[in-house]
Amino acid sequence: MNASLSTFIRKPGRAASLANVVVLGQADPTAKRLRLSLFLSRISAGFPSPADDYVESRLSLDEHFVQRPEATFFLRVQGDSMVGAGIHDGDLLIVDKSLEPRHGSIVIAEVHGELTVKKLYRKNGEIALLAENPAYRPIPVNEESQLVIWGVVTEVVHTLR
Amino acid sequence: MFALVDANNFYVSCHRAFDPSLKGKPVVVLSNNDGCCVARSNEVKALGVKMGTPWFQLYDLAKQHGIIALSSNYCLYGDVSLRFMRILAQFSPVQEVYSIDECFLDFTGFNYIDMTGYGQTIRQRVLQWLGLPVCVGIGPSKTLAKLSNYVAKKREQHQGVFDYSRLSQQEQDELVSSIEVGEVWGIGRRLSERLARQGIETVKDLRDADTKTLRRQFSVVVERTVLELRGVSCLDLEEVAQAKKEIVSSRSFGKLVVKLDDLQQAVASYTSRAAEKLRRQHSVAGALQVFLQTNPHKTGELQYHPNILIPLIEPTADTGLLVSHAMRGLKRIYKPGYRYQKAGVMLMDLSGAKTSQPDLFSHVSTQDRQKSQRRMETLDHINRKMGRGTLRLAAEGFQHTWKVRTDYPSPCYTTRWAELPIAYAK
Repeated sequence: MNASLSTFIRKPGRAASLANVVVLGQADPTAKRLRLSLFLSRISAGFPSPADDYVESRLSLDEHFVQRPEATFFLRVQGDSMVGAGIHDGDLLIVDKSLEPRHGSIVIAEVHGELTVKKLYRKNGEIALLAENPAYRPIPVNEESQLVIWGVVTEVVHTLR
Repeated sequence: MFALVDANNFYVSCHRAFDPSLKGKPVVVLSNNDGCCVARSNEVKALGVKMGTPWFQLYDLAKQHGIIALSSNYCLYGDVSLRFMRILAQFSPVQEVYSIDECFLDFTGFNYIDMTGYGQTIRQRVLQWLGLPVCVGIGPSKTLAKLSNYVAKKREQHQGVFDYSRLSQQEQDELVSSIEVGEVWGIGRRLSERLARQGIETVKDLRDADTKTLRRQFSVVVERTVLELRGVSCLDLEEVAQAKKEIVSSRSFGKLVVKLDDLQQAVASYTSRAAEKLRRQHSVAGALQVFLQTNPHKTGELQYHPNILIPLIEPTADTGLLVSHAMRGLKRIYKPGYRYQKAGVMLMDLSGAKTSQPDLFSHVSTQDRQKSQRRMETLDHINRKMGRGTLRLAAEGFQHTWKVRTDYPSPCYTTRWAELPIAYAK
């Protein structure tokens, strides 16, 4: 640790003590930093960039994946009963509680006090929660009133590294 | 016409929304440091547990009935509240966020629709989108909307929505004569005792009382309440929250504190927090109060509850200055030999930062003032970006042995990646 440094940053969620202080970095006046600007032509002496008129705002994943921010929540998957639907252990689920569950929807259901990810089967008056892995049996639901659907899964985020 | 939407047992409901295993069980949420009950599920209310009961008094009852205690989780409540208010904004162009779990909506011009049905739609949507049960009270004044909310909550036959304006004169009379005057918005316990001495015991008594007499004996506020109960709207919605007149930052310690050192750290960090709030509302403080408390529940111990008021020559919002004043005050009131349970600061005599009057004989130059302002802006900016407390005064210390105790923590389900709810795939 460089003794001359006076700037510290605390790691979030930890009590501050010198033991877990992280050095932000040395204040080096010669260090160069790349800055990307929304406008491409900043040099007044040059020609304006022909792309300037076409600059649009950056793409936002939030906007793309979250239609109703008030009703959207993220959940973490634990277990492998849904691998057939492309949902793996540790994946992130985007769940929209405002959507109506339909036959075939991937849903979060409340089962025995836990939030469980399942595929909803609802056809010809028959209701069940299905796994997407032959090793797991479906959970039959006797009465619709007994089934509490917490939300509808709209996306899965699977990290590859 | 107004509606008041109020969440049922808000803190408990927030936990249940993400942890279904808590449904149907007796649950309490405890205040900072797990001191006393600040929210109770209906099952706990049915056991006769009153709001504010110290948790240690409930150990036996909790064991007997399996009461589940949870430390308060303000990051969760804050996020759910924000979502709640945004959903409600869909139902009216004008809304007043009255508290973390209460919101007034302006229903002016809604008379042509079925407002009870509309209220049910609100309830249904908040329940589905957030998992939060709420009640809706509707009335021609804010006071009546609030009273209707009470009715919606207490009387199950209304299924969570009550519209006062639909009642006939006779139904109105019957209703208000069945409710005690203390349930009226703004009529506290002391006031209702005084009213009772005048023979005013029910809401009807108050509504039909003579306004001029009440105004003379009590205040114009009581008179206004009476008019509101008669359906004359006197209070408008406040869309923008009023700037606070004083800012308090105080906490109970996780364990009793004896050393001045620890108290200094605690008071310094409370002062910083208060100063941050002060700057957020663009105010400066003209005075500051520091107070200490020993634990009043420990009857065998020496008690000491001192406080000191420090008037500032020049109003300021500078954390460094405020902390140094607070330290001066703390040293004056601190006495060794006591075990302190709580400390706090209150910033008072607040005024707008733009309009505040500097002292004519002040030795602080305009340049210094501008420097201080820039320093604070930078501080706030960094802490907003990197998280609260990233940059702080050394006086706030590092060890924080006095820090808040949370014996029954729960995840910040919606605000921390590491604490997301688990979707079991088994």
